[in-house]
Amino acid sequence: MAEKEKVFEIRDMDLYYGSFQALKKVNIDIYRHDVTALIGPSGCGKSTFLRSLNRMNDLVEGCRIEGKLLFDGEDFYGKDYDTIALRTKVGMVFQKPNPFPKSIYENLAYGPRLHGVKDRKKLDEIAERTLSQVGLWDEIKDRLGKSALGLSGGQAQRLCIARCLSVEPEVILMDEPTSALDPIATSKIEALIQELSKQYTIIIVTHNMQQAGRISDRTAFFFSGEILEAGDTRRLFTNPENPKTEEYITGRFG
Amino acid sequence: MRGKSLKVKETIIEKALFLCAAGSVTAVALITLFIFSSGYSVLRSYGPLNFIFGMDWSPVNGEYGILPLIAGTLEVTAGALILGVPAGIGCAVFLAEMAKERWAKLLKSAIELLAGIPSVVYGFFGLAIIVPAIRDWLLPAVQKIDPDVPASGFSVLAGAFVLGIMILPTIVSMSENAIRAVPLEFREASLALGADRRETITKVLVPAAKSGIFSSVILAMGRAVGETMAVLLITGNVPKVPTGPLDPAATLTGTIAMEMSYAGPEHQSALFAIGIVLFILIVILNSIALAVMKRFGGAV
Ligand SMILES: Nc1ncnc2c1ncn2[C@@H]1O[C@H](COP(=O)(O)OP(=O)(O)O)[C@@H](O)[C@H]1O
Ligand SMILES: [Mg+2]
Repeated sequence: MAEKEKVFEIRDMDLYYGSFQALKKVNIDIYRHDVTALIGPSGCGKSTFLRSLNRMNDLVEGCRIEGKLLFDGEDFYGKDYDTIALRTKVGMVFQKPNPFPKSIYENLAYGPRLHGVKDRKKLDEIAERTLSQVGLWDEIKDRLGKSALGLSGGQAQRLCIARCLSVEPEVILMDEPTSALDPIATSKIEALIQELSKQYTIIIVTHNMQQAGRISDRTAFFFSGEILEAGDTRRLFTNPENPKTEEYITGRFG
Repeated sequence: MRGKSLKVKETIIEKALFLCAAGSVTAVALITLFIFSSGYSVLRSYGPLNFIFGMDWSPVNGEYGILPLIAGTLEVTAGALILGVPAGIGCAVFLAEMAKERWAKLLKSAIELLAGIPSVVYGFFGLAIIVPAIRDWLLPAVQKIDPDVPASGFSVLAGAFVLGIMILPTIVSMSENAIRAVPLEFREASLALGADRRETITKVLVPAAKSGIFSSVILAMGRAVGETMAVLLITGNVPKVPTGPLDPAATLTGTIAMEMSYAGPEHQSALFAIGIVLFILIVILNSIALAVMKRFGGAV
């Protein structure tokens, strides 16, 4: 089997919030077109790690990162690295659906416009393509001009995924994207994630072990700022090497 | 025992608060009634349309057309908004999004201080600095182009400038609150799409805060319309429709304040009728602000 292409290569990453060390010597490779699940008890640093992959932590005052962090082979914390370009290639879907308080159409046109797409026809195409990708087109094609705040939770989250796709990212970061949704909406999003993984690299934080087992190819288990174990999802769930991993996935703590 | 005395206490407090509320409502009602009954006689004898659309305000000749005063008020107010709104919103954005915490606090208290300065002090500032500045610096330049421009410096522009400063606290603090109230999620969503800070501010945060910002502008407008002392000292008080920013103007409030002390009965009634017009104008502005706030629920 050919060696899979690495999208992210993280070596000995330390992250500090002021004097508090939130991540310790994190090592992980993320492979193209994989779904990588990040699991672990709350407060162990999953979101922190995820948000450092598109430099969202730059917003946090006093946040400091050390180590070797490569995206497509380049040091994306390097001095001359273009953060805007990074965030365009590495999109993000948040825990709480957060469509802009604008129309559905404007939500989808926002990103492309930032990157210079002005042509109305092109924007229309993007709206239709991304909404179709997330399976929303038939549901809401007649009310593109209506406020996105009127959508149900599941629809809003799918719109957020569509919005993320509108700038044609390579990687999609998802931070517990279904934790605010009901089971039906959740299973729709899970199916969508599997569909999207054909074209995109997906990294997803989840609290839900079954979800990680169902949708991911690889899993990393975070525990108090460290990755205790990472590897093939099936293997990690059936045959964990670290006793802490086993305790966690069998639900003995969390 | 204790429960009972608590209950009694509560009843007393409730009654007292009700009395306070009833008292203020009664006071407002009485004032309204008084103004309307005092202004009524001129409105009837002079005719409400003649009163509002009449071009000639000269009480000595029995002419009570207040259109020049309405125009003066509206022009000074519009000028104040043109100068004060962009500055105020810019300042609010800076405070909410860009300034470091410590600087933001300092600047904010400085701006709030502006709200506490008595308006006559603003008027004095305008009289001592703005009017001479317009007269000595701006007018000589303008006169080269238009030799007929009024040369005193007392003008719509002077009033607009000072009022523009006076409305800053309203605009800045309300708009800043509105911008701060925009959820962090929108900021993050925008940045995660590859927006920079400027794009996030102009295309997401300010639009999301627009109802709060709009309300602040309406309230500022109310403040500008109602302001008396500062404007009275610097606009020149000439009851003619001003045709340019350098023309002098008389305002509704300024005219009442200046003329009330020596007005005869009919003239006095006319001044009260101006009060009615002001009253209605302010009520309309405040209702718009309230409706907008309610409709869009504060920030979003
Ligand atoms: N902005 C921040 N400033 C300071 N500490 C933070 C910040 N964000 C998270 N932390 C801390 O970092 C640790 C990891 O948090 P987080 O990454 O959110 O965990 P998880 O997503 O796994 O629940 C926690 O102890 C949390 O309190
Ligand atoms: Mg988290």
